[in-house]
Amino acid sequence: MRGGLAAIVIWGALTGAAPAEEEGRRIGDPVRGAEVFGQCAACHEVGPGARHRVGPHLNGIFGRKAARFDDFRYSDGIRRAGRDGLTWDLEHLDAYLTNPKTLVSGTRMNFRGLKDRRDRDDVLAYLRQFSDNPSDIPEAAPTARKVEVELPPEVLAIMGDPDYGEYLSSECTTCHQIDGDAEGIPAIIGWPEEDFVLAMHAYRRKIRPHPVMQMMAGRLSDEEIAALAAYFGALE
Amino acid sequence: MTLNRRKFLGTSAGMAAALSAPAVLGAGRPRVVVIGGGAGGATAARYLAKDSKGAIDVTLVEPTRTYFTCFFSNLYLGGFRTLDSIGHTYGTLAAQFGVNVVHDWAVGIDRDARTVSLAGGAMLPYDRLILSPGIDFVDGAVPGWDVTAQNRMPHAYKAGSQSELLRAQIAAMPQGGVFAMVAPPNPYRCPPGPYERISMVAHVLRDTNPSAKILIADPKPKFSKQALFEEGWQKHYGGMIDRLGPDFGGDDVAVDPDAMTLNVDGEEIKVDVCNVIPAMKAGRICDLAGITEGNWAPVDGHTMQSRVDPNIHVLGDAAAQGDMPKSGFSANSQAKVAAMAVRGALTGSKVFPAKFSNTCWSLIDTDDGVKVGATYEATDEKIAKVDGFISQTGEDADLRAATYEESIGWYAGITQDMFG
Ligand SMILES: Cc1cc2nc3c(=O)[nH]c(=O)nc-3n(C[C@H](O)[C@H](O)[C@H](O)COP(=O)(O)OP(=O)(O)OC[C@H]3O[C@@H](n4cnc5c(N)ncnc54)[C@H](O)[C@@H]3O)c2cc1C
Repeated sequence: MRGGLAAIVIWGALTGAAPAEEEGRRIGDPVRGAEVFGQCAACHEVGPGARHRVGPHLNGIFGRKAARFDDFRYSDGIRRAGRDGLTWDLEHLDAYLTNPKTLVSGTRMNFRGLKDRRDRDDVLAYLRQFSDNPSDIPEAAPTARKVEVELPPEVLAIMGDPDYGEYLSSECTTCHQIDGDAEGIPAIIGWPEEDFVLAMHAYRRKIRPHPVMQMMAGRLSDEEIAALAAYFGALE
Repeated sequence: MTLNRRKFLGTSAGMAAALSAPAVLGAGRPRVVVIGGGAGGATAARYLAKDSKGAIDVTLVEPTRTYFTCFFSNLYLGGFRTLDSIGHTYGTLAAQFGVNVVHDWAVGIDRDARTVSLAGGAMLPYDRLILSPGIDFVDGAVPGWDVTAQNRMPHAYKAGSQSELLRAQIAAMPQGGVFAMVAPPNPYRCPPGPYERISMVAHVLRDTNPSAKILIADPKPKFSKQALFEEGWQKHYGGMIDRLGPDFGGDDVAVDPDAMTLNVDGEEIKVDVCNVIPAMKAGRICDLAGITEGNWAPVDGHTMQSRVDPNIHVLGDAAAQGDMPKSGFSANSQAKVAAMAVRGALTGSKVFPAKFSNTCWSLIDTDDGVKVGATYEATDEKIAKVDGFISQTGEDADLRAATYEESIGWYAGITQDMFG
């Protein structure tokens, strides 16, 4: 794996009730968020009269299912995620902004991610103003609280054993075609290893929707995920 | 590093003869005979040949030249697939992976001499034997029915000509006619299979014969994905389907193939098509090998070895293994564990802990797919379920359509995994 990567933060699903003092907390500072949004504005519009540009407009994004506009051409990856049930609530928007590839491999959103939590909080607070009655945000019920789950650099740095990966891969190739055809089920050969690792950890933590993948990834160790990434990454 | 696996394997299988064979079992390459070229057998043969890179001599015995998958044969009944699209041949296994494919029936197994005799007269010696012969029907399970009646009352539980016959009979039903199914008792091949079939028959009849009726006589109080099927039947085929469970005599059924009648709990019902799916047991060759207890062949989940004879591994529907349903997905999953164990025993290759999984997709109507799945591990006692999931009632149309598309991808994936 490439070294020197900053820790990649994934928000885990809410477990347990939020402490009382967390409720009613604002997501962030929308005024500062408007400035941060400058980084997004080359591709996305938001606010009155917003239209699709390189990316879809972001009015009403909170609570919307992914890839919902008929008049926008999405990548296959995000369309699939939408059909699997990916919904843009606070938790998933935050994970996507942290690193788009956590949620959608092969997304066209060519953006490294906002690694600074305050930037994300502020830009989400800004975007939230353009959505009606969103659920799962701190000031609405049911209240979701973001739980930080780190994917530390050590995990990304694990060198996968491709031989072990080859054995484990036989469980994947029952569904994922080894020749790389992507009919109905995505192809998984030749991915950058990091994308593969991110995707599998996101399934394991149930941030990515899809019950089969959540179940399969759920019993893979960090080493096994790395081994699979190494093995499939080397196939073409 | 990039490794083109297909090319690499193609070459290595081709060079098999040139590779030095490990001398684990003395002179000559160790020999594995696989009986049955279905979901379990084809996968096992392919993985053994592929992963041993020519170090093991793999012979696959399968009478039919074209294997029609039972999976998606219901979709053929529903008009979603052609029969051609579910037929597969063994050419790639032979040409690309170096599997010796013998189109014949195994008719006897001598466990002491470690030989398999074929109907054609040949005798095949083995170091390890893998049996994946699928199912046969229990004699006398449905009074009035035996295999000589399968043309009038098809089971269509082995795909191919039986599926064609059933489809033709459905098409020939008179308007307002009755389609009946005698459903099997547990355990049987593909738990949701009969109910997916009912869905597909209803799908066809709704368009071609909307006043027709569908009747299921079922010995089981409940069945796989029941809530999902019943919701779907209500939604898409309201009023067309009636199921008589054991509380209504569904466990007391006889048929008369000549009169085309079904007798449920003493009441005679005239039907136009009667799909009889009798109780099942392991393919007969397991009995002939003397490795069955009751109707099935018990195995040790760590390796899929027969509990009776450790030189024999039993896969798929024929095996009594524990919690896994009898499905193509399961057979494929078990085949990889068995192939790894056999290879380890014969060539000393590394053996990893057994892992199993299964997912069964079913189609209820156009773009309305559902699924159920689980993961499993081997314990000393059995293959035990670890974790699972099932589609929910009331899911939105998008998700159901995606689930159906996924099943098409799965079909392409598993058949490539079996046949190369
Ligand atoms: C209608 C229907 C729908 C299904 N849908 C699904 C599904 O969606 N998903 C899923 O996972 N599973 C499904 N299944 C189940 C699946 O088809 C079986 O579980 C699977 O085929 C079992 O694999 P197997 O290797 O045990 O047997 P099989 O695939 O039946 O293979 C056995 C082979 O052995 C050969 N054979 C038998 N005896 C001998 C002998 N003496 N000598 C030589 N060869 C012999 C036979 O010719 C056959 O080709 C379905 C089944 C049915 C009937």
